[in-house]
Amino acid sequence: MTVLNEFADGLRGFLRTIGLTTLFFGRVLSQVPRALLRPRLIIDQVHNAGALSLVIIMTCGLFVGAVLGLQGYDLLQRFGSEDALGTAAALALVKELGPVVTALLFAGRAGTALASELGLMRATDQITAMEMMAVDPVRRVVAPRFVGGVIAMPLLTIIFIAIGIFGVQLVGVQQFGVDTASFWSQMRSSVGMDDIREGVIKGCVFGVACSLIAVYEGFNAIPTAEGVGRATTRTVVTSAVLTLILDYMLTALLL
Amino acid sequence: MRATRTVEISTGLFVLLGFAALFFLVTQITDRELAKNGKSYEVTAQFENVGSLKAGAAVSMAGVTVGRVDSISFDQNVYKAVVRMRINTVYDRIPKDSDASIMTSGLLGGQYIGITAGGAEEYLKQGDRIELVQDALVLENLINQLVATFSRRGEGQSNGGPDNASGNGAAQGQQQSQESKK
Repeated sequence: MTVLNEFADGLRGFLRTIGLTTLFFGRVLSQVPRALLRPRLIIDQVHNAGALSLVIIMTCGLFVGAVLGLQGYDLLQRFGSEDALGTAAALALVKELGPVVTALLFAGRAGTALASELGLMRATDQITAMEMMAVDPVRRVVAPRFVGGVIAMPLLTIIFIAIGIFGVQLVGVQQFGVDTASFWSQMRSSVGMDDIREGVIKGCVFGVACSLIAVYEGFNAIPTAEGVGRATTRTVVTSAVLTLILDYMLTALLL
Repeated sequence: MRATRTVEISTGLFVLLGFAALFFLVTQITDRELAKNGKSYEVTAQFENVGSLKAGAAVSMAGVTVGRVDSISFDQNVYKAVVRMRINTVYDRIPKDSDASIMTSGLLGGQYIGITAGGAEEYLKQGDRIELVQDALVLENLINQLVATFSRRGEGQSNGGPDNASGNGAAQGQQQSQESKK
């Protein structure tokens, strides 16, 4: 009996969280236009979420591309189609790996930064102080961070993809001796604007999702040290799961 | 407050890097060989059967892509498929009596239009129609022909009607074009 009760409670809690997140999303969106009037805040946040994540994104992009090149070459060699390495790796990166891995890394680096910043502001009563002064904390603090994340994510995705393709080329052409000309020309003839558009759209959607989860968890964290820690953890977990679910839905939609 | 100038510069660099990457992807990765308006002229051809030819398929001569299929529509006056294709203006000396056939790229590849040059003095220009066409190879017709040939051989009767002869010609023409392409 208690198991059923707990399950029902869990379900109710889950539904409540979804509802609160959606309402919070609406609240943040309504404050975004006014937050855009203060570009200094937004630039700070794009720097925070994007420029500071560049190191991890570029490094991981390079190695993901290199691994793709390695595995792709090994796999394609079994079918005698090594020349298709450029095509296969570029399509995989542009359409799937680029957006998804970038989103996961973004959630890990920028998402946790956002969540812990906001959580700490909540825990040290800064947000309450703002409300006391009749400054809307969502407009002043949350919306710029959200916009910063949304702007940074697609850019990070594109950078990841570009560096990844460079990594594939390093392994395929430099190391394994795939013909440079056929590598690039095969890639050129099979990757189209639609594929790149698909990757960028995914990057934007994941950006919105991960930024929203990060600011929601941070803003509504329990104002203790433990609460902030748990909010940060939940950010990463929820972002990862939501990213992959959205990835499936978007792929089915865009295919 | 952080050192704002450093923040602004690095953010600017970041956004610039993002757009540079996008630019790199779009120009180096995708294939934009045929410019849209002004550098290509339109030519049509009517087919009985276009098979699985799609808009955007290549139009090639001697294996080199000279244009793209723009659109495929059905004309209810002649009950044929009308294929509009755009050919790069660089290739302005295609004879008027050239032959357009629908060929398959490789064994399982997509279908494209292959143009074989004729011998006329006049050349194709904007709005012209290619008169000589070969339709797509329809597998069912080919199988029917094979079955009919074998059953004919088995019974020792004379060959069938006129559509068999032209059907065989189309099949042989396809095989020849594919062999010459290889």
